[in-house]
Amino acid sequence: MLTKPRPIRLKGRSFLALSLAPELPFEDWLAGLDDLAARSAGFFLRRPVVLDVDGLDIDKAELRKLVDDLSRRNVRVMGIEGARPSLLGADMPPAMSDGRPASDFEPPTESEADEAQDAPAVETIAAAGPAPAQATASLVVTEPVRSGQSLFFPEGDVTIVGSVASGAEVVAGGSIHVYGTLRGRALAGTTGNGSARIFCRKLEAELIAIDGFYLTAEDMEPDLRGQAVQVWLESNGLKTGILG
Amino acid sequence: MGKVIVVTSGKGGVGKTTSSAALGAALAQNGEKVVVVDFDVGLRNLDLVMGAERRVVYDLVNVIQGEAKLTQALIRDKRVETLYLLPASQTRDKDNLTPEGVEKVIAALKKAFDWVICDSPAGIERGATLAMRHADVAIVVTNPEVSSVRDSDRIIGLLDSKTLKAENGERMEKHLLLTRYDPTRAERGDMLKVDDVLEILSIPLLGIIPESMDVLRASNLGAPVTLADEASAPSRAYFDAVRRLKGEALPVTVPGEKRGFFGKFFGRKAA
Repeated sequence: MLTKPRPIRLKGRSFLALSLAPELPFEDWLAGLDDLAARSAGFFLRRPVVLDVDGLDIDKAELRKLVDDLSRRNVRVMGIEGARPSLLGADMPPAMSDGRPASDFEPPTESEADEAQDAPAVETIAAAGPAPAQATASLVVTEPVRSGQSLFFPEGDVTIVGSVASGAEVVAGGSIHVYGTLRGRALAGTTGNGSARIFCRKLEAELIAIDGFYLTAEDMEPDLRGQAVQVWLESNGLKTGILG
Repeated sequence: MGKVIVVTSGKGGVGKTTSSAALGAALAQNGEKVVVVDFDVGLRNLDLVMGAERRVVYDLVNVIQGEAKLTQALIRDKRVETLYLLPASQTRDKDNLTPEGVEKVIAALKKAFDWVICDSPAGIERGATLAMRHADVAIVVTNPEVSSVRDSDRIIGLLDSKTLKAENGERMEKHLLLTRYDPTRAERGDMLKVDDVLEILSIPLLGIIPESMDVLRASNLGAPVTLADEASAPSRAYFDAVRRLKGEALPVTVPGEKRGFFGKFFGRKAA
């Protein structure tokens, strides 16, 4: 028997994947893919691939055949984008949506392909990890966030020029800045970003959280109330400090 | 083309109906042609407050469902001849209000009246959202206590998202009407201060109506307070609110404060 059950932590996390957009007829397109594979063997090996079938007029059998054809070519499809739910059976890769465009992948030349093949798998994934030198997305809101409203921005930072009302919530993948009174809830770093912070000009919050660690109004030190405060995460929990 | 005003609050019992009647009557007393529409289908009160409960034949739901003409349902006030009431139905429920029907009625009223005042039911459901849907201006009625303020904040959020104006990308003009303000309780710190409410809601202040027995007495008489006793403190506050509604830059007075402080709320525009 488990004496101290540990909660299971679920986190959202975004990764960079290759998006393949097949064209009809599939025979010709697969021939083109074979040609690319012949020039750069192992290009798709171990790479996460998402199949983009948006706008293609195909049925379930055709899609299943395409996925099988690709897996025979060692292209493992981790998800399918733009397909009607009726096209996807339980044994098919799951549907994916809301992909954000990143920089295009160039099909490698032969020398690069060799390197890619030799490189250990870990490095391939690491290279596909953070988008190179891209500014983090941010959202600026110039109106008060009203009670009952939920501001959800997993892509990055949220700046609010105004107050967050009691009963409102702001959920951000990055940091949260409130140039007003924070009375509602602020949840920063929700996509697993422990370096995210929360800043507010006046703290009256009901709940603050960074990367799943949270404090309710009751747990906050009373002398922080009404102060300009920042909140950050250290290994042993949330830290709060008054802003000079 | 008349202006459509929704009087709303989220919370019940804060004074929406009283204020709808008082503001409507005050506008009409200034010679404007006004209709006050009761959207509280199933729990109508406006007919009582305006003293027309014995004269209701047809109502808003009858008009929407094509059972009566608009002119048959409108009731003219016996004291002010430019004041009309469109009552709600007491026997039906709010599902009888259809978006198309409400749109048609409001469009027809806008053509015939200078001001169309929609008295919203409490809550955030169908009745309330339909009442605010076609409004040009919103009057948010709030009591100086936390639950009312939070509900008002929620309603302001809906005004900025669920109304026709918001959907067309325009800004809804919103005003705060602080009602049931009790100077002695405010002094003791039992109530939220005017400043606190304004800071939380951040919309301009239209007026502060003092808590008064005159309001209750007027309601029981079946007369809007501005008609029952023009000189009473709440009546004067409603008359001033109407002047501000028409665009006059009149300083807001906090009941019970000394004259020197009167200029304090002049031209207050929240962030």
